Amino acid sequence: MKQLLVFIRKEFFHVFRDKRTLLIMFGLPVVQIVLFGFALTSEVKNITLTVIDQARDVNSTQIINKIKSSSYFIVDESAINYDAVSTAFKKGTARCALIFPAGFGNDLQDAGQAQVQILTDGSDPNMAKTVINYLTAILTAYQQEISPGAQLPYRIIPEQRMLYNEEGNGSLNFIPGVMALVLMLVCTALTSVAVVREKELGTMEILLVSPFKPLLVLLAKAVPYLVLSLANFTLILVLAVFVLHVEVKGSILLLFLVSTLFIIACLSIGLMISNTTNSQQTALLLSMMGMMIPTLIFTGFMFPLENMPWIFQMISYVVPARWYFLVIKAVMLKGLGFSYIWKETAVLLGMTVVALSIALKNFKIRLS
Amino acid sequence: MNAVVLDHITKTYEAGKVLAVDDVSLEVAAGELFGLIGPDGAGKTSIFRILTTLLLPDKGTASVNGRDCVKDYKAIRRSVGYMPGRFSLYQDLTVAENLHFFATLFGTTIDANYDLIRDIYEQIKPFSDRRAGKLSGGMKQKLALCCALVHKPEVLFLDEPTTGVDAVSRKEFWEMLRTLKQQGITIVVSTPYMDEAVLCERIALIQGGKIMSVDTPASVIATFPVQLYAVKAANIYRLLTSLREDTAIDSCYAFGEYVHVTFRHDTDQDLPQWQQKLAAQGHEQVDVKKISPSIEDSFIRLMNEKQNVQP
Repeated sequence: MKQLLVFIRKEFFHVFRDKRTLLIMFGLPVVQIVLFGFALTSEVKNITLTVIDQARDVNSTQIINKIKSSSYFIVDESAINYDAVSTAFKKGTARCALIFPAGFGNDLQDAGQAQVQILTDGSDPNMAKTVINYLTAILTAYQQEISPGAQLPYRIIPEQRMLYNEEGNGSLNFIPGVMALVLMLVCTALTSVAVVREKELGTMEILLVSPFKPLLVLLAKAVPYLVLSLANFTLILVLAVFVLHVEVKGSILLLFLVSTLFIIACLSIGLMISNTTNSQQTALLLSMMGMMIPTLIFTGFMFPLENMPWIFQMISYVVPARWYFLVIKAVMLKGLGFSYIWKETAVLLGMTVVALSIALKNFKIRLS
Repeated sequence: MNAVVLDHITKTYEAGKVLAVDDVSLEVAAGELFGLIGPDGAGKTSIFRILTTLLLPDKGTASVNGRDCVKDYKAIRRSVGYMPGRFSLYQDLTVAENLHFFATLFGTTIDANYDLIRDIYEQIKPFSDRRAGKLSGGMKQKLALCCALVHKPEVLFLDEPTTGVDAVSRKEFWEMLRTLKQQGITIVVSTPYMDEAVLCERIALIQGGKIMSVDTPASVIATFPVQLYAVKAANIYRLLTSLREDTAIDSCYAFGEYVHVTFRHDTDQDLPQWQQKLAAQGHEQVDVKKISPSIEDSFIRLMNEKQNVQP
């Protein structure tokens, strides 16, 4: 027991005396949160809308005022004709435009029907669709405003609610994703070099000629990173709640328990890599490249898994982050209890056991 | 009882392509200070790693204090001290932390066996808060020796402990080994430096994975079969060239500022006559003398004999 404690203390010394490790450990999550939270947002806000009003009547002016008062658009009325809009699109200075034809108001009043043109830059389909949705919504609202009595005989009015995220806060989707990604990367990358470093520096040679047990080494290597990763997790959570205004709906205790399990799973994978490789470089490459890409793609927070061909869906089943992502979403965003996540938890537990067994089995008790 | 026994040990690397240890048999008595002498690549480290259970031999058996190196590896690991050729302590831990770590690893404390390491540790104690990576070569070796000794091992394996260490520290190191020997610890040490061989009780000369001779240093020197001569001239290179052309000469090789020479027929040479002959060949400041051989001379002779036997 005392051996284990001293061994763990030694591992803590290694971590705290290596400034680069600490920087990666705590710098990565902060950078990721800030990047995803502020730079890589998929929400469309403050987009410049080029407006050409050839009608200049009451109706068109009212619509333009409505658009101006929404927070989505900055209205630019400097373009005077169609050619100017066309040039602006080619230059890339305009990405969406709204054009009222001459006589818009008259058509609306007399014929009961009028047309507007919405132009969007289809090279960015996501943005284009969002802009069309926003503008259609504003136009429909205006239409109902001017003819409240015009009741159609049968009408279906969709009553929309975005459950678990009524305000449409984009942070809600990526926070669980970033948590999964950061913990996965930090835990596997740092532990993957832990054992192999001793091999490279030659310290393994004297460590082997001593009465220690392989399990003791693995435990001692994992404990400091577990402690630091939990601190890391707390840091991400605090950033999410106070900087990105994400509300934790479920039990914090449950959140910490499943995160601990996920961290242990990642540490086991790191140890598995460390015991099967012979240089720190290979280990880092395996854990960074081998883990980062699958985690990004197959976790489901960037690309929906349902759309993938079955073979990729199969692959996603062996990515631990995928299961953790589901758990975090369920507990943190939906406020669900353990009875809803026991399956995912069981999968993570199984992965941990498998990875640890492989790590232990591959621990070389001699020099190869 | 013999502390270390090697019985027909063979070790190859890369699936048998590289022969590192070639049918080596060796015995080291308990309490002995035994030296494995040979150049780099002779197979010294492989033998150490087999004895410390780090490598499995291809053929043969080995034991340390009666324990088999393959089957009883756990018992051996508990009871021996090992200092690898490369400095293998934690460079980012301090001197004191390293020592404490290794003591605890073996289930003991620094205080429990302090008597054993006192003389050595006192010398590095002023630097106990310094990181091991920042120590000088000599101090690193002392720390490594302390760490290998802290659990009071029965047998101490030191693989090239003095390589890369200055002359004064080397001398000190060998004095420490002699003190340790007096405490009853069996010590097996390897070195590429021939001058250190005489400091061992018995030595094995090893070359190309084969043991050439096992004996006390004095006996190894005494078995040198012929008279050895040393010749010096102003231009050593030219001297060596003309000596090689002399058919009466068996071997000649540069040795410091002299050339060591043996003759095919071990009859007493007429030194003044030989000196004149060399002077006549145009060599200046010629000096010729009879000398007694060193371990290195024996080593070179044994090596040459081996090469001549199997061309």
